[in-house]
Amino acid sequence: MNLETNESIGISNARYPELLELYRRMVTIREAEKNCGAMFAAGEIPGFIHLSDGQEAVSVGVMASLRADDTIASTHRGHGHALAKGLHIDAFFRELMGKADGACKGRGGSMHVADLSVGMLGANGIVGGGVAIALGSGLAQKLRGSDGLAVCFFGDGALAEGIVHESLNIAQLKTIPVLFVCENNGWSEFSPTSTQITFTLERLAAAYGIPYYNADGSDVEKVAELTADVVEHVRRHRGPAVLEFATTRIRGHYEGDSQRYRNDTAPPVDPLAIARSLLEERGIDANELAAMETEIQSEIQRAVEAARLSTDPTLETAIQEVYAIVGVAA
Amino acid sequence: MNETRFAQAINRSLDDALARDSSIVLLGEDIANAGGTFAVTRGLLDKYGADRIIDMPIAENAIAGMAVGLALGGFKPVIEIMFMDFMTLTMDALVNQAAKLHFMFGGQGSVPMVVRTQHGGGINAGPQHSQCLEAWFAHIPGLKVVVPATLDDAYALLQSAIDDPNPVLFVENKALYPMKGVLTDDLPPTPLGKARIARAGSDVTIVSYGAMVYQAMEAAEQLASEGISAEVLDLRTVQPWDEEAVFASLSKTHRLVIAHEAVEAFGVGAEIAARMAQIGFDELDGPIMRVGAPFMPVPFARALEVDYIPSAARIIEAVRATDV
Ligand SMILES: Cc1ncc(C[n+]2csc(CCOP(=O)(O)OP(=O)(O)O)c2C)c(N)n1
Ligand SMILES: [Mg+2]
Repeated sequence: MNLETNESIGISNARYPELLELYRRMVTIREAEKNCGAMFAAGEIPGFIHLSDGQEAVSVGVMASLRADDTIASTHRGHGHALAKGLHIDAFFRELMGKADGACKGRGGSMHVADLSVGMLGANGIVGGGVAIALGSGLAQKLRGSDGLAVCFFGDGALAEGIVHESLNIAQLKTIPVLFVCENNGWSEFSPTSTQITFTLERLAAAYGIPYYNADGSDVEKVAELTADVVEHVRRHRGPAVLEFATTRIRGHYEGDSQRYRNDTAPPVDPLAIARSLLEERGIDANELAAMETEIQSEIQRAVEAARLSTDPTLETAIQEVYAIVGVAA
Repeated sequence: MNETRFAQAINRSLDDALARDSSIVLLGEDIANAGGTFAVTRGLLDKYGADRIIDMPIAENAIAGMAVGLALGGFKPVIEIMFMDFMTLTMDALVNQAAKLHFMFGGQGSVPMVVRTQHGGGINAGPQHSQCLEAWFAHIPGLKVVVPATLDDAYALLQSAIDDPNPVLFVENKALYPMKGVLTDDLPPTPLGKARIARAGSDVTIVSYGAMVYQAMEAAEQLASEGISAEVLDLRTVQPWDEEAVFASLSKTHRLVIAHEAVEAFGVGAEIAARMAQIGFDELDGPIMRVGAPFMPVPFARALEVDYIPSAARIIEAVRATDV
């Protein structure tokens, strides 16, 4: 299964898919994450995983306006970005389990999952690590003369990293078509971001002279609507823009996080619940939604089962790809 | 024949590469309008325009990170980091991103970028403008490290570095920039990873690279007057280094000295010495000796720096210690 592209579901005229389709994509990510969490707890997925529960609307809403030739650079919390950009669900689970036929042949795992063929330039284990890569990718689009763009996702915690500031300056200075998308969940690992930075992204963007927009990141339609406008602007003007979405990190920083530091008592805002009740309000039959959810669950189950049957990679094969081979285009 | 300076050989190499391949772009601080802090990129802006010769603000980490994105986007960026000391500010982009990407993404994509920078003392630039840090990068799987000594190599190895699909660090020695010589026309391609016999000899092998090759040559010259025949091997590429050539020379001379300007401890010489002790043990007639800078920051004062940088005399001392 692949999260289908806008072209493949025939919405070339609409600016973004209808809510039912956006909801379907969000459910796919949530179900994938649910399985990741369970498989991690069962020891089937090793390492560190950071789930994106609560932030699905940003992945789906932003990606709804992107084309296959647009690129994204993601973060340590990148499962939703990867799937929404078009990484195949089979390659995804195989990679997280560290299998030979995973998206990265089991060498990257959750924090480095990538699919260059769909313009997904990688999750990133380094906070802020993807920002300048997206900047370079946007410059490549511009120098090539295309109207493509690059998107870099980053968390509010990354705002304290110097590379974000360097990149904002250069993006505006060199008018590079790059969209900075901040997923503001209020957390920098175990610390509230309010204890980490002295500024707001809005004021920071203003200081660099970059257009800034924000929206409720739990409402997928609002994310999609705003992104559609801003992406159009970036495509036309070939310069940067900043988008900030308020989101909720429903789960711990990583799986296994005891969250003893956490004292936010309000129930989490759930973008899926919001979309679902909107759909019901608009007359979509609850049974139809349930059927869709079941279908997605079984499809993900199939992907997980397939990944379990995949083989482990070997060090002999891995060591052959430390370097790209001279004279061979990768 | 026309005399050329080392810096001009690099300039010509960049010029020819830019002319033959439109995917090559240059980025760096003061490289376009100003023509480079050491004038290596002079004239390129006028010839190739601001879309290809790109002046950047003072933001090394972003410059290096952008090169990764450009490389993934089908370009071959050649970035200039003004002093090797400033490479500390590119470490995330180079070490965590560029070096690992091809491997970490399971062989998807590659990062054909070149980082040109310059190392070395000799101009009293002091502790933060003189360091030779190449061993750091040679330690990172996924990076290649080239350190040319001659004009021809500066030209030809840079061509190979640009065409290499991997991130390559191309390290120039600032003391060599004004060096005059003849740049051979129509040089054949010079692959990375192949050493050059700078002087053939039979009694002892002196392995070196970059500017230190000239100290090694001077040492060999003096040793010759005493009847000791030293072979000088110019590594040219530090990662990957030409193990076969070093072993072949050792098998002939049975004595080995490794000399570099970088600090001796944990350096390139340590790796070569360890490897040769392992695979060349039976060939050795004496201890492997290393010559490098003492374990201290590069000092500023003339009186200090001149003693700090390894000299031909120190190489000769090391040769004697191999028991020739
Ligand atoms: C350079 C670097 N510093 C620290 C870390 C450890 N770390 C991983 S995620 C994280 C918090 C990042 O917060 P934010 O960017 O807001 O992302 P979120 O986890 O909230 O999605 C930290 C400190 C890291 N991976 N990289
Ligand atoms: Mg956060």
